[in-house]
Amino acid sequence: MARITASVYTSHVPAIGAAIDQGKTAEPYWVPLFKGYEYSKQWMQENKPDVIFLVYNDHATAFSLELIPTFAIGTAAEFQVADEGYGPRPVPKVIGHPELASHIAQSVIQDDFDLTIVNKMDVDHGLTVPLSLMCGQPQAWPCPVIPFAVNVVQYPVPSGRRCFMLGQAIRRAIESYDEPLKVQIWGTGGMSHQLQGPRAGLINAEWDNKFLDRLIAEPAALSQVPHIEYVREAGSEGIELVMWLIARGAMADIAGGKPPVLKHRFFHVPASNTAVGHLILENTQ
Amino acid sequence: MALNKPYLDVPGTTIFDAEQSRKGYHLNQFCMSLMKAENRARFKADERKYLDEWPMSEDQKQAVLARDLNRCIALGGNIYFLAKIGATDGRSFQQMAGSMTGMSEEEYRNMMISGGRSAEGNRYVGEDGDAQAHRQPQGAAGRKG
Repeated sequence: MARITASVYTSHVPAIGAAIDQGKTAEPYWVPLFKGYEYSKQWMQENKPDVIFLVYNDHATAFSLELIPTFAIGTAAEFQVADEGYGPRPVPKVIGHPELASHIAQSVIQDDFDLTIVNKMDVDHGLTVPLSLMCGQPQAWPCPVIPFAVNVVQYPVPSGRRCFMLGQAIRRAIESYDEPLKVQIWGTGGMSHQLQGPRAGLINAEWDNKFLDRLIAEPAALSQVPHIEYVREAGSEGIELVMWLIARGAMADIAGGKPPVLKHRFFHVPASNTAVGHLILENTQ
Repeated sequence: MALNKPYLDVPGTTIFDAEQSRKGYHLNQFCMSLMKAENRARFKADERKYLDEWPMSEDQKQAVLARDLNRCIALGGNIYFLAKIGATDGRSFQQMAGSMTGMSEEEYRNMMISGGRSAEGNRYVGEDGDAQAHRQPQGAAGRKG
């Protein structure tokens, strides 16, 4: 049977992608940030999964206001890297896993989560920046990726509670897949940031670090935090953090297993307008 | 019964909800059209003419021409869509975000390097933080006169 081996959490700031693509990672501004991902790249090489289930949000790229799915699962064989207005990032195209993705879609919908199934979709920095941070600049990404897009553009976004429950349904779906695949689930976006209005530039390192503590130790209680607290404390775009609860909900301890092992924790301010947070949690066998 | 909107008392912040989205539909879809290189070229060649192809309000068109992002947001724009105008102009996300505070690019960048804007005084309308209405514009622009 397939199983979830680990979950990875990281911000997905577009400027990080631009710094990698333009060879600026050794500049003093960026050095501390990329240092925080050195361990992660090593860990990734030593713990290569068969599939990554990558939770992210589209930033008015594949989805305009014509169509706003709350939860969308990519079931295509491949996904092109989007042109977000500056030209597509020079990174490999994303190879999907249509069989596992379709299996998860069917299972999760039968488990009462009404997913939108997407067979054609370009993927933006929300998905490719985490891959770059964890995998560097390879010719091809190390394994197939299932993109899972969450609406965090138009309010109301799904609640933390709903995201946490969805993660549990995704875990059940993956564990009912016959092939013995090692699957990682990634939750991306955040941490505190606000990109709009006179309050742009808001950062709340104390709140972010408490979020990291609670995500590790008491995710069920954390999932009860209402939207308005994210907006007030972590900025209007800090609400992206609800996506981390999907990945956390898919870990073994939530279904009665052992608590995960914290392999890595990192926090840095700023990357452009944003506080960057990063965790790696491993399920124990 | 009215919808619960607990986010209306956050200073300097507009939550892009269904009501804003309805107001800003054509404005945001115009922005979306700038994802195509040929449309960017046509927009740059004659901005007014390009905007007139869209059923946007005159206020919305003026806000775009002035690159007044706060005004665009008040009229239903969403920052992820408005960012396409910035990309067309060759501006970074940090430049766009900074432009809404009144700070110069350098002032805004320095604020971020020093740890960003504090949430203190900026959680509720009526407090005294730097994002409150009575303290705009920020930076050197707010100190003049």
